[in-house]
Amino acid sequence: MIPLAHQLLRLACWVLLAPLLPGIINQVKARVAGRRGPPVLQLYYDLARLWRKGVVVSTLASPAFVILPAVAWVSLLGAALLVPLGPAGAALSFHGDVLLMLYLLALGRFCTAWAAMETGSAFEGMGVVREVSYAVLSEAAIVAAVLALCVQTGSVSMVTMLAPTAGAGVVLLGTGLFIVLLAENCRVPFDDPTTHLELTMIHEVMVLDHSGPPLAVILHGASMKLLLFSLLLTQAIVPLAQHGPIAATGLLAGGVLAVTLAVGIVESLLARFAYRRVPLLLTTAFLLCLFALLVAWKGGAS
Amino acid sequence: MKSLLLVIVPLLAAALAAAWPSNRSRPLLLPATGLIHTFLCAWLFFCPPPVTPGAWLAFDPLARAVLPAVSLLFLVCAWYGVSYLKIRSERSNRIFIMALLAVLGLLSAGHQSRHLGLLWIFTEAVTLAAVPLLHFNGTPRAFEATWKYLLVGGTGIALSLLGSLCLGYASLHGGGEGDLTFVALMSQGAGLSRPWVLIAWVLLLVGYGTKMGLTPMHTWKPEAYGEAAGIVGAILAGGVTSVAFTAILRIRSVVGAAGEGAIADHTLLVIGLFSMLVAALFLLGTRDFKRMLAYSSVEHMGILTLGAALGPAGVAASLFHVWSNSLTKGALFLSAGNIRRAAGSASMDEVRGMNILTPRSAALFVTGLFAVTACPPFGPFFSELKILRASLEAGHMAATAMFLTCLLLAFFGLTRVVFGIVDGRPANHAKATGKRFVESAGVILPPLVLLGLSLWLGLFQPALLHDVWAAAAAQLYPSP
Amino acid sequence: MNANLNLLIGLAMGLNLLALGTSRLPALIRAMSAQGVILGVIPVLLGHDLDWRVALIALATLAGKGVVIPSLLRRAMRTAQIDRELDPLIGFVPSLLLGAGGAIAALALVPLLPLLPEHANTLLVPGALATVLTGFILLIGRTKAISQVCGYLILENGIYLFGLLLIKAMPLLVEAGVLLDLTVGVFIIGIIVDRIQRAFDSLDTRKLTALRE
Repeated sequence: MIPLAHQLLRLACWVLLAPLLPGIINQVKARVAGRRGPPVLQLYYDLARLWRKGVVVSTLASPAFVILPAVAWVSLLGAALLVPLGPAGAALSFHGDVLLMLYLLALGRFCTAWAAMETGSAFEGMGVVREVSYAVLSEAAIVAAVLALCVQTGSVSMVTMLAPTAGAGVVLLGTGLFIVLLAENCRVPFDDPTTHLELTMIHEVMVLDHSGPPLAVILHGASMKLLLFSLLLTQAIVPLAQHGPIAATGLLAGGVLAVTLAVGIVESLLARFAYRRVPLLLTTAFLLCLFALLVAWKGGAS
Repeated sequence: MKSLLLVIVPLLAAALAAAWPSNRSRPLLLPATGLIHTFLCAWLFFCPPPVTPGAWLAFDPLARAVLPAVSLLFLVCAWYGVSYLKIRSERSNRIFIMALLAVLGLLSAGHQSRHLGLLWIFTEAVTLAAVPLLHFNGTPRAFEATWKYLLVGGTGIALSLLGSLCLGYASLHGGGEGDLTFVALMSQGAGLSRPWVLIAWVLLLVGYGTKMGLTPMHTWKPEAYGEAAGIVGAILAGGVTSVAFTAILRIRSVVGAAGEGAIADHTLLVIGLFSMLVAALFLLGTRDFKRMLAYSSVEHMGILTLGAALGPAGVAASLFHVWSNSLTKGALFLSAGNIRRAAGSASMDEVRGMNILTPRSAALFVTGLFAVTACPPFGPFFSELKILRASLEAGHMAATAMFLTCLLLAFFGLTRVVFGIVDGRPANHAKATGKRFVESAGVILPPLVLLGLSLWLGLFQPALLHDVWAAAAAQLYPSP
Repeated sequence: MNANLNLLIGLAMGLNLLALGTSRLPALIRAMSAQGVILGVIPVLLGHDLDWRVALIALATLAGKGVVIPSLLRRAMRTAQIDRELDPLIGFVPSLLLGAGGAIAALALVPLLPLLPEHANTLLVPGALATVLTGFILLIGRTKAISQVCGYLILENGIYLFGLLLIKAMPLLVEAGVLLDLTVGVFIIGIIVDRIQRAFDSLDTRKLTALRE
C-alpha cells in the first residue's frame, strides 16, 4: 500500500509541479525588464482554460492529429518517471533505464513532429525540419553527457549514475547540459517562445494548429520536459548523496529553482541567435559533454 | 677563427650597407664582400682548420664540400648585381643589399652549424632575411609571392623546430645530457628513443624539405622564383636550398646512427623521385620561363634527395651535384633575368624571337638549358651520371628507370619553353622595350663565367674536390 | 603539481576550440592572447627550482605571446580597417569537430609513445599536438591574412608547449631563438599585411590568385 502511495506522490509531483517552471521564468524575465509580469501560476490557468475548450480539426488531418499529442505526453511522463527525484528516488528504476529515457524523449519529439505534419501545412513542415535538425545535434550532446556519467560512476542506472565528482569534468558537463536544456526546451538563444514572427518560430510553429485539450497536453508536456532537464542538470552537478534526505530535498529544489532563474536571466540578456550560428553552439555543447566524458575516462584510468 | 669570419664579414658589410649614404656606390659592397668571402673560403678549403668534435660552429668536411660553391656563386652574382642595380637605380637598394649580404653571412653560418638548435636558428634567419629580396620589385604580384613564401616557408620552419624538439626528446629519453650537437647525437646512436627519432625524422624532412622545395611542399617556389629578380633566384636556388639539403644530410646521419637508416633512405628515395616526377610533369605544362626555372629547381632538389638516399657514394655524388647545379642554375637565372627585362614579360605567349632582340643572353640561355638538362660535357652530366651509377650499384632498378624517365620528360619540357621564346619573330612592341636593354659586359659575363665554371667542373674536375666530397660523405657515414 | 599543470593545459586546449569556433576576429585574437598568458605561467608550475633561465622564459612568453603580439595584431586590425568577421574555408562546425577529434586522438595516442616518467602523467604532449593541429586548421581554413597569422601563432604555441618538455635540458639559446624569431616573424608579416592591404584593398588571401598554373 505504501509503495503505491509513494508512486502516486511522485506522479503528482511531476504532473502538478511542472507548470510552475515556465511561470517562474516569465516572472524573472518580467522583473529584469522592469514589468510586473503575469502571475506565476499563469500556465495552470491556461491549461484549465484550454481543457474546457473544443478541438478544431482540419478536414485533411487523420485521427492521429489528436492522438499523437497524448502519446507524446505519455512518453514524456514515462521518461520523467525514470528520473530520480533526489532522495525520493525514481518511480521506476532498472539496469539501463537511462537508454529507455533517451528513447522515450525521442518518441515524444517524433509524435509532436508527426502531429504537426498531419495538417499538411508547409509552414508546419518547416518548423518540424528546424526542430528535428537541432535535435540531431542536441541528442548527440545528451548521449555524450550520459556516457560521461556512466563512465564516471560505472553504472547504467539513473539512480546510481547521477553522482557527480569534483573537478573540471563537472564544469564541462554542467555547461554542456545547460546549453542542451536551452535547446531542447526551445528557449532563447535557440528559439523564442514568445515570438510570433513566422520566420523565426520553431517550436511554436509545430503547435500552431493545435487547439483545446491537445494543445493543453502539449504545453504541459513541454513544462514536464523542462523540469526533467532541470532535475537532470542539478543532480549531475550537485553531490546530493552526501547530505541527509531533508537537506538533499532542499538542495534539489534550490538547484531546480536556480536553473530556472538562470534560464530566465539568459532569456533576458541574450537575443535569439541567427540560424547559422545555432549548430555551432550545439556543437560546442556536444564537445563540452565529450570532454567531460574524456575527463571522466582519463580520471578513472589514473 | 677564420671560419667565424665567414659569418662576421658579410654581417658587418650588411651593417655598413645600412649606413652607406650613396645609392650609386653602395652596390660595390657586394663584390667586395664576395671577394673577401671567396678568398676566406678558398683559404679554408685548401688549408682546412682542425675541428674540435664538440664545436657548435666549424668548417667541417661537409661545410668544406658545399660552402665554396655557394661562395663562388655569390661572388659572380654580386658582380652581376652591380650592373643589375645600376639598371634599377630608380629604387633605393639599401635594404636589398643589406638583405643579400645578411643572407650570405647566415648561409655561411648555417652550413657550418654542427648543432641542431643553431642550425634551425640560422635557417629561420635566412628565411626571414630573404623576404626583402622577394618584394624588391614592389608590385602586387611580388607581394603575393612574398606572402606565399613566408607562409609556406614559415610553416615549414615551424615544423622543423618541432622536429628538432622531438629529436632532442629522443636524446633526453635515451639518457642524453641535453647536448644537441650532431656529433653527440650520433655517438648516442642506438641509445636514442626509436619512436621519437622517427617522428623527428618525418617532421624535419617535411620542414627542411619545404625550405629545399621538395614536392609537395614546393608550392612557394614557382611564385617566389617567378616574381623575384634573376639574381635573387640564383642565390635562393643555389645557396638557400643547399643549406636545407646539408641540414637533411646531417639529420640523416643521426637517424642512421640510431639504426633507422633504412627507413630514412627509403623516405628520401620516394620523396626525391616524387619531386622529380611532379616537377617534370609541371615542366611539360608551364608557359612561363621563370616558373620553368623554379620547377627545374624542384627537379634538381629531387635528384639531390635521391642521391642522398644511396649511401656514401650517392651522398658524394649529390655533393658534386650541389656544385654543378648551383653554378649552372645560376647561369640560367641570370640570363633569364636579362631576357625577362628585355622582353617585359615572362610568358612564352608574349615572348618570342629573343635570339634577335638579345642574341647573347639567348645563346647563354640555350647553352645553360643543355647544361642543366645534363648534356655532356657540362658538370650536371657527370654528377647525374654518378648518382645513376650509385643507384644501379644499390640495386634500385625501378628507381633508376623512373629517374631517367623524369630526366627525359624534364628535357622535353625545358626545351619546349626555351626554344619557344628564343625562336620566332619578336612582336613589334617587344622590339621597342628590347632596344632599351643593353647587353653590357656586366650582365653577360657573369652567366658566361658560371657556365665556364660548370664546364670546368665537368671536364677538368680536380682530384682534390673529389676527395673533399668523399671526406664529407665519410663524415656522415662513420665507419663503426 | 601535475593537477594544476593539467588544468592549465586543459584550459589552453579549450581556448583552441574557442579559436576554432569563433566567427569574430577580436575573439580569435583574445583567445590567442589568453593562451599566451597561460603558456607563460606554465613553466613556473613545472616543478623545477625557479632559476633565472626559466623565469626569463616565462616572463618573455607572457609579455610576447600574451601582450605584445596580440596588441600588434589589434593595431594592424585597426589601422588596416579589417572587417571583423572571419570568412571560413573550412566551416566553423567542421573545424570545431576536426579540432576536438584531433585533441581526442592526441589524448588517445600519446600513451603509445615512450615518455619519461616525469612527463607521463601530464597533458603536455597531447596539448602540444592538439594546439599544433588547431594552428594548421586555422592556417588552412581561414581566408583572411590576419587570421592566418593567428593560426601560425597558435601553431607556434603548440611547439612551445612541446618545448617545455626540454626546458631543463635545452640551452637557453634555442628558447630565445624561438621567441626572437616569432616576434620578428610577426613583425615582418605585419608589414606585409599592411602592404597587402594597400596593394589589394583587401586582406582576403583568396584574391591572391594571380600566380597559378
